[in-house]
Amino acid sequence: MTSATLPHGVAAPLDVRRIREDFPILSQKIHGRALVYLDNAATTQKPQAVIDRIVEFYTKENSNVHRGVHVLSEASTAAFERARETVRRFIGAGETGEIVFTRGTTDGINLVARSFVAPRLGAGDEVLVTAIEHHSNIVPWQLVCEEKGARLRVAPIDDTGTVVLEQFEALLSDRTRMVAIVHVSNALGTVNPVRRMIELAHVRGIPVLVDGAQAVPHLPVDVTALDADFYAFSGHKVFGPTGIGVLYGKREHLEAMPPYQGGGDMILSVTFEKTTWNELPYKFEAGTPNIEGAVGLGAALDYVSAIGFDRIASYEHDLLEYATAKLLAVPGLRMIGTAAEKASVLSFIVDGIHPHDLGTIVDREGVAIRTGHHCAQPVMLRFGVPATARASLALYNTREEVDALVAALGKAIEVFR
Amino acid sequence: MSADLRDLYQEIILDHNRSPRNFRRPAGANREVEGFNPLCGDHYTIWIDLAGETVRDFGFEGSGCAISKASASVMGTLIKGKGTEEASEMVEQFQRLVRGEMKPDLASLGKLAAFAGVSEFPARVKCAILPWYALKGALEQKEVVSTE
Repeated sequence: MTSATLPHGVAAPLDVRRIREDFPILSQKIHGRALVYLDNAATTQKPQAVIDRIVEFYTKENSNVHRGVHVLSEASTAAFERARETVRRFIGAGETGEIVFTRGTTDGINLVARSFVAPRLGAGDEVLVTAIEHHSNIVPWQLVCEEKGARLRVAPIDDTGTVVLEQFEALLSDRTRMVAIVHVSNALGTVNPVRRMIELAHVRGIPVLVDGAQAVPHLPVDVTALDADFYAFSGHKVFGPTGIGVLYGKREHLEAMPPYQGGGDMILSVTFEKTTWNELPYKFEAGTPNIEGAVGLGAALDYVSAIGFDRIASYEHDLLEYATAKLLAVPGLRMIGTAAEKASVLSFIVDGIHPHDLGTIVDREGVAIRTGHHCAQPVMLRFGVPATARASLALYNTREEVDALVAALGKAIEVFR
Repeated sequence: MSADLRDLYQEIILDHNRSPRNFRRPAGANREVEGFNPLCGDHYTIWIDLAGETVRDFGFEGSGCAISKASASVMGTLIKGKGTEEASEMVEQFQRLVRGEMKPDLASLGKLAAFAGVSEFPARVKCAILPWYALKGALEQKEVVSTE
């Protein structure tokens, strides 16, 4: 990438001061203090480019897509489809027909569970997940398994929160119909070796869905190189709007699948006798889509791409190491999730202080962290804690913000001494 | 520390969090209720020994934040020996207090006044209320209550 294509003259390495200027919400004061936003695994903040793009869409292009012959309809359709092409490029898919816009990761996983897995699942069959899945990559499989008399198997993790690959492999059986694995754990930050896991499944002819919700803001994702059968993520975790997500699926699978929902836009022709499905990806996009969301997501991915994942990953890696060392120096703090391969997430508990009390006290210092089970109760159970405090980083966070978190934790410890 | 934080984490609350009173199952327990907050994972079991119309004994176990644990502990010390009607009235009063719907009347509320600061922290109101919901459930013969 040449410097001419960089936003606001960002030069290598990542210039976090310039990046922060792109996010208007970050200059806010909370309880009279500078906001320190460390809840990025829950949702990320939006750069001005995304906000502006949405305003521009409603100011100049708004119309329904794939409908009219008038100018605005053509403009909105073009914007919507350009966003699809941006997504395709961003995740390295072969064609836009394989890019389905959804409401989010959860919606994408449910689509696959319902339209791809349910029809091929029989009594005694198995679906394999890992022990670090978000509820959204557990519950949809439980629902179809229960319905079909199939079994949900779980690949265990070790004490660092790393999936034990040998045990994962051993659980791939001739009854396994689907493997569904998280790319980056939202509760622990563990990066799963998804490429290797997909290989192991494919050797046995088993398709794999990857939950990429926490991966896309931090790592370069190439679905073709991964050879993933399905890859799902959410717009709002990668600096885009809420309510929009992406499901990538291999054409051969999407072609063979029945529609997920029925309605407008997903059909070629309808009579009361027979309805013919539309081509890909429209077969899976019933009803008027989230046009503004897709357009905003396209702007978000453009923003991230212009900075470049080499810069983002190296900056975040450095920040994660700094934060880990700083937090481990806090008396009584225990890190939950210490995998060798981690991204962005610091989950921890402090002796004698419940995470919710920590959360409340650091909030008064302007520091936003998440406390609770992070929609990953099996993970909490595995580590024998009811909840953790979680700081999750993004490309706009700084070492000073980590210091602010550590200072705020010090205040909490003071209160509870 | 800010004034509202000091109001929230008063010494009496910190003390009851550190050393919760009646943190055990009473021998004569004849009512048991599980109280949990599915969103945050706070989870307690409370027991009462109800003798006619009187709460003869109280105990609780479980885990949760300082606010919920201290709330259960303080509640226990106050309701032991009270009649069911009076206990139910305290449940109502406490809810109004932590929701900021009444002025903390120090004379009548006693130790409960320490929880008035909770009303400044909307996200923590249900922490304080959870044990009281459970007590209400026990008085009304429910087995499980939830704040959601």
